[in-house]
Amino acid sequence: MALLLWNEPTAAMRNWWKFLGIGLLLFASIAGLRIPLAPALVHVSPDRIAPGPVDVYVTGYNSSFGNDVKVRLVNEGDAVCASSVAVLDGTHLTARFDVPAGFKANLTDVEVDGLTYRGALFTEGLGSGIVEEQCPGVLDMQNSSAQEVGFAFPNRSILYESIRNLHFHVPMWFTMIVLMGISVFQSIKVLGSNSLDRDLAAEMAVRIGLVFCVLGLITGALWARATWGAFWTNDVKLNGAAVTGLIYVAYLVLRGSVQDAHKRARLAAIYNIFAFVLLVLFLFVVPRLNAIDSLHPGNGGNSGFSDLDLDDRLRVIFYPAVLGWILLGAWMYDLRVRAARLETTMDR
Amino acid sequence: MWFGKPLAIGMPITGTTCSSSHYLIRAGAISGVASPQLGGWAAYLRPVRPAEITTLLRLEMALDLRQRAAWAGMLLYVVSAVYVCYLAVKGGLGLATWNALFWIILLFAAFNALTRSFQREDAGRQLYLYTLVDPRSVILARAIYNGGVMVVLSLLSLLVYTLLLGADVLVEADLGQFVLSVVLGGIGFASVLTLISAIAARAGNGIGLMAILGFPLVLPLLLTVMRASKLALDGVAWSVTSTYFGGLVLLDVITITLAWILFPYLWRD
Repeated sequence: MALLLWNEPTAAMRNWWKFLGIGLLLFASIAGLRIPLAPALVHVSPDRIAPGPVDVYVTGYNSSFGNDVKVRLVNEGDAVCASSVAVLDGTHLTARFDVPAGFKANLTDVEVDGLTYRGALFTEGLGSGIVEEQCPGVLDMQNSSAQEVGFAFPNRSILYESIRNLHFHVPMWFTMIVLMGISVFQSIKVLGSNSLDRDLAAEMAVRIGLVFCVLGLITGALWARATWGAFWTNDVKLNGAAVTGLIYVAYLVLRGSVQDAHKRARLAAIYNIFAFVLLVLFLFVVPRLNAIDSLHPGNGGNSGFSDLDLDDRLRVIFYPAVLGWILLGAWMYDLRVRAARLETTMDR
Repeated sequence: MWFGKPLAIGMPITGTTCSSSHYLIRAGAISGVASPQLGGWAAYLRPVRPAEITTLLRLEMALDLRQRAAWAGMLLYVVSAVYVCYLAVKGGLGLATWNALFWIILLFAAFNALTRSFQREDAGRQLYLYTLVDPRSVILARAIYNGGVMVVLSLLSLLVYTLLLGADVLVEADLGQFVLSVVLGGIGFASVLTLISAIAARAGNGIGLMAILGFPLVLPLLLTVMRASKLALDGVAWSVTSTYFGGLVLLDVITITLAWILFPYLWRD
């Protein structure tokens, strides 16, 4: 009985990967948009303090400052605790410090109950060091996770909520690379076999890949506007994306300008292979050479998100999102190839 | 191709009209039956024929020297482009602008010069070459020849450019590195655009298609070479710039290898 079922799979069984893809996409989209950001400090003023009494105004995000909150300024072992803290609400507080003169290093970081804002402050006056005076409860503060609200995304200064775009922007490029890879594979097969069907598959993979390229450009441009302040910057990664788009539009123009089907198949396949290899060089080798001036994460000494996300909270959503988008791309490609095959059959 | 050899010998050699056969036979390149027909991947195991390549190179040179107007056209193109820039900018250029303008002129000069590479081939001669030689020899010879043309053209452009737009920026520069970057850039343009020129010629829509297909593929090379030459102009030490020159050589080698692999498929009809 089981064998019989196996021999004649139902449509649902044959198309399991489409269901998987849609399920993963739903999961990644809902979870990626709904999971809150981890609490963090987002603003500290003033940004420059001198020795003496000073009021520091701290703004948090998704935080819940209580009345017994502990605030201090730290850097490399030196620390000054707040003499008094006035909590305005869960996300705002004012702390008063009596900053003594003669620290060894600048006090740069602000800590509120285990949340840290690095490089928030500049303090004047470098001295030979002062007698360290431990604040009450400072040792607890090191490991405090009172503010953690279960599962949350990491929070980082210029990203904030836009970090959710990670689950959309990056999978677009992964999907595009996969589709262009399929296209090159089909093109190599075209050269070996002169098969027009393979040529059609290569073309459809490029067409769907271009859709994902455009989506990647749009999500990237929006993200760049939110974090860097401009839709487009002169960056190696962005140039790579633009060249990718140009190459594959040129591929389609080349196809359009040859009439004979067999000649078109061979010329397009040759250009596709040539362009793909140069593209891989451009995306992965040239940025290594010109890496000094990139803003993009994972380039030119910028850390990728894997360094920022120390406990893999993003990965739980990110990997399913990548797989989901790739499966969706494969499905779209499959549909286009089948539709094009029907069209050629009907033409005959 | 069993008729390869008899055809080669049987062709009448009448001076100007059949110069290609004349060259091929005189150099003794066609020693055996050259079979351009591919036998799957095994075809790539056949050794490269240096004699064939040198003969084809001499054929290219002879054909090109006969067309003096084409050379004059290329030179005039470069000189007028530089002169237009000279009229447009008038006066001091910053180092970065000087460099950028030079490479833009060279880029368009390369497109102008290399578009001709496969355009002048008529169907008859192509078929004739096809029966005589290995297509891989054709693309290698063409790439080497175009590389030579581009080196000459680049150095001449540099000369005209410095004469008209001033050589102030070259005072601080590491001249050897700069000239090296110009030479490597020229060879790189030639290696990318040779195959593209062949594709565009086969598609039968030469000049317009050449720009569309070639431009995005030249960009990686252009960006790298512009940065290398900018560093050379700044007089940066060899230890820093050697990565860029290494990258340029790598790009050139990979491009020529790809052209060598793909061209036989392009040639078949």
